[in-house]
Amino acid sequence: MSTRVDEIVRSSQMIGIPKYIAKDFQSDQDVRWCPGCGDYSILAQTQRVMPDLAIPRHKMVFISGIGCSSRFPYYMNTYGLHGIHGRATAIASGLKIARPDLSVWVVTGDGDGISIGGNHFIHLMRRNLDINVLLFNNQIYGLTKGQYSPTSEMGKVTKSTPYGSIDYPFNPVSLALGSSATFVARSLDRDPKHLQGIIKRAAEHKGTSFVEIYQNCNVFNDGAFFQFTEKETKDDSVVFIEHGKPLIFGKEKDKGIRLHGFSPEVVSLKDGKYSVSDLLVHDEKDTTLSFILADMTYKSHLPRPVGIFLAIDRPVYEDEVEKQIAFAKEKRGEGDIVRLLNSGDTWIVQ
Amino acid sequence: MAEKKVRSLDEVTIRFAGDSGDGMQLTGTQFTNTTAILGNDLSTLPDYPAEIRAPAGTLFGVSGFQIHFGSTKIHTPGDQCDVLVAMNPAALKVNLVSLVDGGTIIANTDGFTDKNLKLAGYAQNPLKDGSLDKYQVHAVDISKLTALALQDLNISSKLIDRSKNFFALGMMYWIYNRPLEPTIEWIKSKFTQKPEILEANLRVLKAGWNFGETTEIFSVRYEVGPAKLAPGRYRNITGNQAIAWGLMAAAKKANLDLFLGSYPITPASEILHELSLYKSFSVKTFQAEDEIAGISSAIGASFGGALAATTTSGPGLALKTEAMGLAVILELPLIICNVQRGGPSTGLPTKTEQSDLLQALYGRNGEAPVPVIAAATPSDCFDATFEAARIAVKYMTPVMMLSDGYLGNGSEPWLIPDFNALPEIPAKFVTNPEGFLPYSRDEETLSRPWAIPGTPGLQHRIGGLEKEHLTGNVSYDPENHDKMVRLRAEKIERIANDIPLAQVEGDTEGELLVISWGGTYGAIRTAVNRQRQKGSSVSHLHLRYLNPFPRNLGEILYRFRNIMVPEINLGQLIRILRSKYLVPAIGFDRVRGLPFKSVEIEKEIEDILKGKK
Ligand code: SF4
Repeated sequence: MSTRVDEIVRSSQMIGIPKYIAKDFQSDQDVRWCPGCGDYSILAQTQRVMPDLAIPRHKMVFISGIGCSSRFPYYMNTYGLHGIHGRATAIASGLKIARPDLSVWVVTGDGDGISIGGNHFIHLMRRNLDINVLLFNNQIYGLTKGQYSPTSEMGKVTKSTPYGSIDYPFNPVSLALGSSATFVARSLDRDPKHLQGIIKRAAEHKGTSFVEIYQNCNVFNDGAFFQFTEKETKDDSVVFIEHGKPLIFGKEKDKGIRLHGFSPEVVSLKDGKYSVSDLLVHDEKDTTLSFILADMTYKSHLPRPVGIFLAIDRPVYEDEVEKQIAFAKEKRGEGDIVRLLNSGDTWIVQ
Repeated sequence: MAEKKVRSLDEVTIRFAGDSGDGMQLTGTQFTNTTAILGNDLSTLPDYPAEIRAPAGTLFGVSGFQIHFGSTKIHTPGDQCDVLVAMNPAALKVNLVSLVDGGTIIANTDGFTDKNLKLAGYAQNPLKDGSLDKYQVHAVDISKLTALALQDLNISSKLIDRSKNFFALGMMYWIYNRPLEPTIEWIKSKFTQKPEILEANLRVLKAGWNFGETTEIFSVRYEVGPAKLAPGRYRNITGNQAIAWGLMAAAKKANLDLFLGSYPITPASEILHELSLYKSFSVKTFQAEDEIAGISSAIGASFGGALAATTTSGPGLALKTEAMGLAVILELPLIICNVQRGGPSTGLPTKTEQSDLLQALYGRNGEAPVPVIAAATPSDCFDATFEAARIAVKYMTPVMMLSDGYLGNGSEPWLIPDFNALPEIPAKFVTNPEGFLPYSRDEETLSRPWAIPGTPGLQHRIGGLEKEHLTGNVSYDPENHDKMVRLRAEKIERIANDIPLAQVEGDTEGELLVISWGGTYGAIRTAVNRQRQKGSSVSHLHLRYLNPFPRNLGEILYRFRNIMVPEINLGQLIRILRSKYLVPAIGFDRVRGLPFKSVEIEKEIEDILKGKK
């Protein structure tokens, strides 16, 4: 039995995958973020990665909620839906279940994704639909002109916290891991190469991919991440985690992370006490390790971990939906509405 | 044994009542199915507490099931019952008010223990103190007789106690001359895995029947002949099941896959349960994390080209408000089924009410009109849902379908429709990129094209920000906003050209027109019919479409001297009729969580006609 949608899916598959360049993913709309906003870089890196994914752009859908980041879909020459505050993940879930053939992306922010949309966010992670979530974390509410967000640091003075924020911030990576996400990563708006690599890996992952991107809001929270993104401080403040590699950082690559019990600690590779073989080696298949690494996030004596924390396989929700449908059809045959209406206890009135 | 008399009745109302653990809903449903198979017309009203298993013997733990059946057309579950089956004192106490004077009580004497009498607040046993003298009381040791029937089976006393409802059922089958076979079949199919329960229930059912046959207690049996229903194949259906099937039939007609995004809520959950069964029909049900995700996921599925629906009840509808507005501006088809219950807030989850009409019509921010259709009877839920889907797809709009707790749980015989004769649902996806504009409009319906992801060359972006006419690009232009607000409103208004005209039952002009909407149809139709038989100048108009109204509604209203609008709310439809048509309508409101009684409507009609109102 084929429905009207099946016909569209079939016809869309008949077209081969065109050779795209980044420009093919630019829509005809003027980009309207503030000049200098970190969003520009994220948009550019995403558009640069798209041609490598070998997915026709008419099979891609970008879905967003509300906030600066959520304008993203308007700028992509794909299908797009700019939804309501916090609900992009829920809208995307319905679309992906109805249309597993599509490549579905969610673009969200710290407010949209994990404040008002927190409930849908955690449930998407645990269900593991094959959806890619890009969360632009700027630690502030930009579109509403500068209130603190659920990722703002304690003590932050904003329009709604003149005496400083007393909210303890979320760590989005821990939240995703705690919600049983199967792919969890962090990247930086000001590191194009790294960001491209992460977006590509996220797209290739089967299951929900969560990418937190540190994004500079130069109008309301300028420099929030400069320690991790600027040349002078980055090397000593960030440890790039890579699968199978020891955790080394520092301008001179002279520092490493070693596990003391379950606690990571910084060790010097220069003083002869420790060598590379003593260091923690990242394994992105290890869920326990992913929690330990994520937990380094707000610890000032440790460098900020950036990279892929976890990438594991688990059954994908929409595949299970299709399996149950196939199973039911095999067991009962293709549903017949006329038979159904006439089923059960019926009687005839002459 | 003396030959028993058989007396013929046109109609009868029976109420089964007991503890919520006594299986009264099951007993009632079985009696209903058997009665339906016999060809009676019928209507049922389950009435159960919100608590799943309230403490045994308490007044608030009483669960009831009323069935009204007959050889004539039956519109309501019956104002009062002729027979009350009471399994314990609490059931008697709670339900005695519903019993007609001179009615029959069949009481399980074993349930009338000191403890239970006390729990129900009886100082003395009412079965013995003469307080029930105006009724015909049949006291039967149901529990003991059940135990006796099972004494040589090695089963627990708990299990014995739980089969006693089958004894009552068997007895009632005997009194009302119904066959045991349908229930025997049901027991056999239900308990194949549990042979001892199967055997116990069968024995007890037959024991109940035999008790009626042999005992001297019942001297009369009753015969209720089949009703003169339209010819065809029938089945019994509840409102919630009818909604589920209406959605499935619509999806099939539209050649679309059905998607339901929903969150469990009383009394709408059965729709989710029912649709979850039909995976072989490619139905996809998504039990979302909350009400908002329920509707949001449906919007996503609709964008993807599914026939998408969300089902809920009042508090859930409140949560869906913002997303409904999104569906309005996106102009995507969506069916929102609201099985209304008592409000505000959590209100009365298991009781019925019509108090969400204004919420359905206006409960969104901005100018966000949606078509609203209300079902009249349990089986009408099928047609109303199907119609909601037809309009949603044809006009690219969310449509609100209103049911209520009484319709959702209530059941009636349903003339199974000829699927091929159902209206077409013209779902169409655009595929041609040439000149494609996401917010261009069909000249007649004003609907925009449905362009689904996956269609080459039609990439476009839609969203909740105001759209520019034709292109759908974000636009803050004042004139464009004014135009779009009017276009969206006009689109909904034009649906009036595509729906049947309102029909008056009775004279088309005169002294009084009674207007109903939704689940009060049956009670009001019965009341008006009776009054007409008594020679009163009264007519009835039932409104199925609450937005837009049928085109001829105003013209009809002006032909009557008085208009009466009974509603199970504080007057919601009447407010709209008054403001739209400037008519001095008279309201009649009762908000008790229960359906109207037709006698109270009749009384009100009489008062109005006598000039008392
Ligand atoms: S307010 Fe901040 S986040 Fe928003 S566009 Fe401007 S710079 Fe970017």
